[in-house]
Parts: sequence; structure tokens; C-alpha cells
Amino acid sequence: MFGLEKKDRSLLILVALLTIFAPFILNPFPEGSAMAQFNAGYPDLMQRFVIFGIFAIGFNILFGLTGYLSFGHAAFLGVGSYAAVWMFKLLSMNVVPAIVLAVVMSGLFALLIGYISLRRSGIYFSILTLAFAQMMFALAYSVLTPITGGETGLQLALDDPRILDGAGASAGNIPVPSLFGLEMRDSADLVLGSWVFTFNIGYYFCAVIMLLAFYLSIRIFRSPFGMMLRAIKSNQQRLNYTGLNPKPYTLAAFVISGMYAGLAGALMASMDPLAGAERMFWTASGEVVLMTILGGAGTLIGPVLGAGMIKYMENIISKINSDILHGWFAFLPDGLEDFVVTIIYPFIGKGWHLTLGLIFMAVVIFLPGGLVEGGQRLAALFRRKKTSTDDGSPAKTEPAE
Amino acid sequence: MSKSNLTRRGLLKTGAVAGAGVALPTYLSAAGHTGFTNAPEGNTVTLGFNVPQSGPYADEGADELRAYELAVEHLNGEGDGGMMGTFSSKALQGNGILGKKVEYVTGDTQTKSDAARASAKSMIEKDGAVMITGGSSSGVAVAVQALCQEAGIIFMAGLTHSNDTTGKDKRANGFRHFFNSYMSGAALAPVLANAYGTDRKAYHLTADYNWGYTTEEAIRSSTEAMGWETVAAVKTPLAQGDFSSYIAPVLQSGADTLVLNHYGGDMVNSLTNAVQFGLRDKQVNGKNFEIVVPLYSRLMAKGAGANVKGIFGSTNWHWSLQDEGSKAFVKSFGTKYGFPPSQAAHTCYVQTLLYADAVERAGSFAPCAVVEALEGFEFDGMGNGPTLYRAEDHQCFKDVLVVKGKENPTSEFDILEIVEITPVAQVTYEPDHPQFAGGALGDCNNGA
Repeated sequence: MFGLEKKDRSLLILVALLTIFAPFILNPFPEGSAMAQFNAGYPDLMQRFVIFGIFAIGFNILFGLTGYLSFGHAAFLGVGSYAAVWMFKLLSMNVVPAIVLAVVMSGLFALLIGYISLRRSGIYFSILTLAFAQMMFALAYSVLTPITGGETGLQLALDDPRILDGAGASAGNIPVPSLFGLEMRDSADLVLGSWVFTFNIGYYFCAVIMLLAFYLSIRIFRSPFGMMLRAIKSNQQRLNYTGLNPKPYTLAAFVISGMYAGLAGALMASMDPLAGAERMFWTASGEVVLMTILGGAGTLIGPVLGAGMIKYMENIISKINSDILHGWFAFLPDGLEDFVVTIIYPFIGKGWHLTLGLIFMAVVIFLPGGLVEGGQRLAALFRRKKTSTDDGSPAKTEPAE
Repeated sequence: MSKSNLTRRGLLKTGAVAGAGVALPTYLSAAGHTGFTNAPEGNTVTLGFNVPQSGPYADEGADELRAYELAVEHLNGEGDGGMMGTFSSKALQGNGILGKKVEYVTGDTQTKSDAARASAKSMIEKDGAVMITGGSSSGVAVAVQALCQEAGIIFMAGLTHSNDTTGKDKRANGFRHFFNSYMSGAALAPVLANAYGTDRKAYHLTADYNWGYTTEEAIRSSTEAMGWETVAAVKTPLAQGDFSSYIAPVLQSGADTLVLNHYGGDMVNSLTNAVQFGLRDKQVNGKNFEIVVPLYSRLMAKGAGANVKGIFGSTNWHWSLQDEGSKAFVKSFGTKYGFPPSQAAHTCYVQTLLYADAVERAGSFAPCAVVEALEGFEFDGMGNGPTLYRAEDHQCFKDVLVVKGKENPTSEFDILEIVEITPVAQVTYEPDHPQFAGGALGDCNNGA
């Protein structure tokens, strides 16, 4: 099926099932219970999971395969967002033209920046991309305010032209992004006992695109082109000596991964029609590097897992405040309660970066292959114990090297 | 497991899921519709307090959160009631809002539009907040206001001073109690003319973002109207640690007044640099060199220390005001936290009470009913004298304070002294004033 090997196909199906049933999987705790704090099955966060999944999948095509560490990838995310919002303003609230223009624009920017930056490799390449991204951030934040909306961000207005939609469509309220009439923010709730599951159109739209992006990335990984990228990673000099010019391959990988970032940016703008310059800040570029490494660079599913992990912590852990902590530990005697809360407090709320940092350190030290390696080790352990008649196939999701 | 087996199973599963997916929305779409987003169920109502807890304005965010907690206490009938006793509208009973106990969730805006919207969205989608309030930056306020408009939630802006919030980016579901750049300019200009004369040459240093632009424009047009000349206006990058390279050219330009359109840490740094360069001891054109800071806050004045002495600026409210409302608020805030509230705390507290009161008077949490109750609402006893929530742009019109850095501060909170209370008539403008042109309120949105 789909021209994939058996292993890749199972992985694709697994990812598809996970995304389809995400509203159930992410909402394991009943509404109103103390643990409901950890539910992540609300539309905004689920959308973020898949959108940043796309971003990380694209980044992994560059970093995981060629080993070129781009520190300015958020710039393409920002370009995609701005392009998409401009399409909403000028053309139509339909998301299709917005996504198309965003992918094209980010591809063009990636071509330009990649052409210059790829003259160097290693740390110099990283610094060049970082410099470009910061330049673009600074431009978007102030100099280009008429185009980007500056610090406030680019927003829709009631009197935008929206040529295709016509004037009648925007009477009184700004219309919302839609796919041929299906509004992205529409949701349906399913109430089962005290559980509430939310199915959101925007989320499923993003999820379908993420699956397509994931499928494309598998095909790239398994193609001769992907093989060439791996050759560049393992030893570029050797490749040069065999008479092959690696530059077109790296540039192609850079542009593809830039277009993935643009796609993610366009989806962000489609779910929430606003583009802000902070999206292009260097910390946002660093975040996607973290996602990829945390999940497992060079693996297929790793970046998606990493993206989910970081977005979960950012949105869930950061919302726990000291009142909630006191609520949890109320059963302890007073002195002990305060003590426990004092110990935990630095790691939650605004301290979620600290928790993330600790997890990141632990992963890098003990699981250099990221979360995927953790999963493989568990699976290996499980398999050895369970059956003696092992068929000998390695229980792993096939890292790139 | 053979190849075909897996495919068939995958196919079956996909088919089942697709079927369920198609069937669900039709079956569910009627469920839980009450006419507006997040209608409170049961005997509680949830408000969302979205304030900066990290980043450059974290101190202000912390003070805003204190004010919100105090407001929730008062609404629920705990504590001494604060401004509820002095508020001219007596609709609030101290039994929550419409008899529902007030609960709240908090979020961190990080002073970034994206993060603020993510946080607000999670409050709306996950926690069921019926109103979002807070923020300490105009960029965030504008971004969250637009989000609330789309979602059908009321947004009560916290500290936001840019003209755009109720100018070109105004929204029907958004309300601002805080004053704005135009009002700062209109209030400051006459005081400056009195103190420094009408033939000054001003040099502007402006933070290079939206709020900086509108403030510069407002101050320029007000001061030029009374005869000042603007020598130059230089934009400075945000979060610049050292402003020496921008201060040095000021003296060569022949200017005798420096206007610092900076806020927060930028203002602290640029003012400190300017004072260190000895600008204030200089004589230019036969006049003493002067510095002006359009928007003051106590937290900024604290950061700049002795450098603020004698420097003029404007502010929305100050705890040393002696009207009944201010005294009641300072007393209950001070009792709970041990120090006086900042202007950010004041505006957030007032916004919460105003929202609760509007719901109470409208008899409904539905955003459109609340909008109707707030539009054109006149009230008093909230620390700013008689105030009007104008219907055309959802901006509060009230007196503006012109303040000056105190020469002999008695405590770390007693840094500013009130020079003049500019009457509301002097800072009122037409809704279609050029500085607020463009944009439209649109219609109120009840959401789902």
C-alpha cells in the first residue's frame, strides 16, 4: 500500500490512528476531576501538536538527513504565516490559496537564504541561518511594520478587500478562515458520562495535512535522494572526491524543509488568523531543534513526539499555579504541605522551562537517540521477556543511520 | 502477520472511524447550545486572568494578578468590599455575579502575542472562561481582543496605552478602562508649556514599535500645537540595554528638551543614560535642559531611582489620590498585601468590577447584553472621578493625572507626586480623530 515497506506502512497507520483518536487519547481524565488539569484534548492544543509536528518533520528532513543544523527555521514559519494572513486579507477566507501562497513564499525565501548559507557547513552554517532569521525578525518587528503589523502582528480587519468573498460576507463581523464553507473553529462535543471529547474541524484538517506531510517525509527518507542526503551527512568530503556535487542536494533539502515550515506557518494562521513577529524570534528556531533532538533526530516519528512533548509542557505544565498545587496536597499536614509545594513550585507554572531543561538533559545523556530510542529499548525489553521464539527482526522504527 | 491481513484491518478501522466522524457532528451539533460561548453552568462562573508572569513586564503582571484576586474576593463577598462600597452603581451584591460564585484561571502572556493568544484560547476552550482580562502591552491587548471577538468572549483590557487598542484595532467585544497616548499628550502639553515655556525644541527618542509610534505622534502634535518645535525623532530598537549612542547626538542637535517615548526597562535605561550624560545640568538656548517621560508607572520610577526626580509624565491613577474610591481600594489592597497598588493593579481591579456590574445590570452573561450594558455607561467612585465608557470606541473617558518625580521620596512607593489632575473635557477627542482613524468596532459577537 502507498509504495511503502511493511514497517513504514505500520508506522504510518499507527500515526494515523493516533491523530484520528487524539481527542480521546488526550482527554483521559473526566471533567471536573483534579486530574482534568492534565487533559490536553482541547482544539487549540491539539492543533498545535500537529502543526508543530509538521514543522519538526520538515526540520528533520534537513537536520536528520544531512546533518546541517539550521538555527533560523522559524523565519520560514513566520514567512508562511504572513503570506497566509495576507491572502486572507486580500483574496479570500478560504485556507487553500493561503496555504499555497505560504508554501511558495517560504520556498522562495529558503532558496535565497539556503543558497547563501549553504556555502558554509557546520557551525558557520548555523550562525548564518541564525543571522538571517534574526534579520528577518527585526525587519518584521519594526522596519516593515506596514507589511507585517510590527509588534502588534498582522491582523484581519473588517474593511479588508477579500476580493473573492465579496463585500456581503463580512457584514458586522470579520469572517473566520474556512475550507469551502467548513469553518476551522467549528467543533462538536461528545459527552460520555463525565468525559467531554471535542472534535474540531480545524484539528482534523491539520491532521490530514500532517499525515500527508508525514507520508511525504517517509518517501523522501526511503528514496535515492534521501540516501544521497545521508551520504552528505556521513562524509561530505568523500562524496566530493567521488565526483558528486553535494550542493544541489543540500539546497533541495533546505528548500523542502523551509516549505514544510511555511506550511506549518500557514496552518497556524488558518487556525488563528494572526501573524506575529515573535514567531520568527531565535527562541522559536531553537524550539524546533529541541523538538527534533528530544524526539530523536533522523527518525521518522521522533520529531512529532518531541513537538507534542514540548507543546504539552508549554501549555499544560505552565498553567499549574500554586493554588492548584495547594489543592493537590491539601491532604498533607499544614507544614508538610507547604514544604512539598515549595519544592515543586519552581518546576511548574512559569518554571516549566526548568522542567523541560531537566528532561532534555536526561534524554540527551541517557537516551541519545531521543524518545524513540527510549521506546525501542522498552520494546526490546518487552519482547525478550515475552517470547523466546523471537523472529530476529529488530524492534525499532529504523533510525536514519 | 501477512501483508493483506494488515491492510484489511487498517481499511476496516479507517472506514469505521470515517463513518463515526461523519455521523458525530450531525448528532452532536445541537448539544449544549445556550446562545453564547461558555455560558456558565452550575453555580460558578469562570473568569480568565491573562497576565505577563514572565518576561519584561512580569512585575506588573504580578501586581495585576494581586488586584484580580482582590476583586474576586470582593465580588464573592469576602474581605472589606473595597471599591464596591464607593462604586456609583449598586447592582453588585457581594454574592458573586448573578448569584454565581466567581472562580478564575490564570495564564502567562509572556508579553508575546502568540503566547498570549494560546493562553487565552486554552482558557476559552479548556477552562470555559466567559471573560478574559489582563495584559501589560498593547500588542498583546490588540491580539487577545481580536481573538475574543472571534470566539464570542468579552475582553476587558488591562494596561494598554497605545491609541490603536480603541483606535484602528478596536473590537465590539473589547473594552479599555486605561487611558491612551492621545490623552497623555493632551494632558501633558499645557503643564509642560507652563513649566518650560512655549518655545522649546524637542528631541524624541521613540521605542521602535507600535506603542512608541502612537505615543510619539500624540506628544508631537500636542506640543507642536502650543508652539514647540520637534528637532528630530529617532527610533530606538526595543530592549536596547545601553542608549548612550542615541543620547550623545541629542546635545549636538540644538534641542533643549528630550522626550523619551519608552516604557518599562527601556525607559529605565534611557533615562539613566541621559542623566549620566549630564543632560539635565546643561544649558541650551539659554534654558535648562529638560527630560519628559510621557507614560509613567511606579515600577518604572522605582527602577530608575533618583533619576526621575523632577521629571514630568502622565499616569492613569496614583495611590495617593484622596477620593473615597481610591482610598477604599488602597486600604483593602494594602491590608491584604502590605503595600499600595500600582496603576496596572487599579485598572485591572476596576475592569473586573465593571464587567461584573454590567452582567448584573444586563441580567445575563451573554456578550452582546454585556456590551449593551457597558456602552455609554457613566459611573463614579472608582478613583478617577466621573467616567464614561464611550459607545463609539469602548474607551473610558476620565481625568488624567500629570505627575512628577518626587524630590524627597519618603518610601520606595512614594516616588511620584501629582502635579495636576487634567479634567476629562481637555482629553476628550472625537471618535474619528486622525490618530484613531481606520478600523471599525463591528458587531458584538455572542459566539456559538
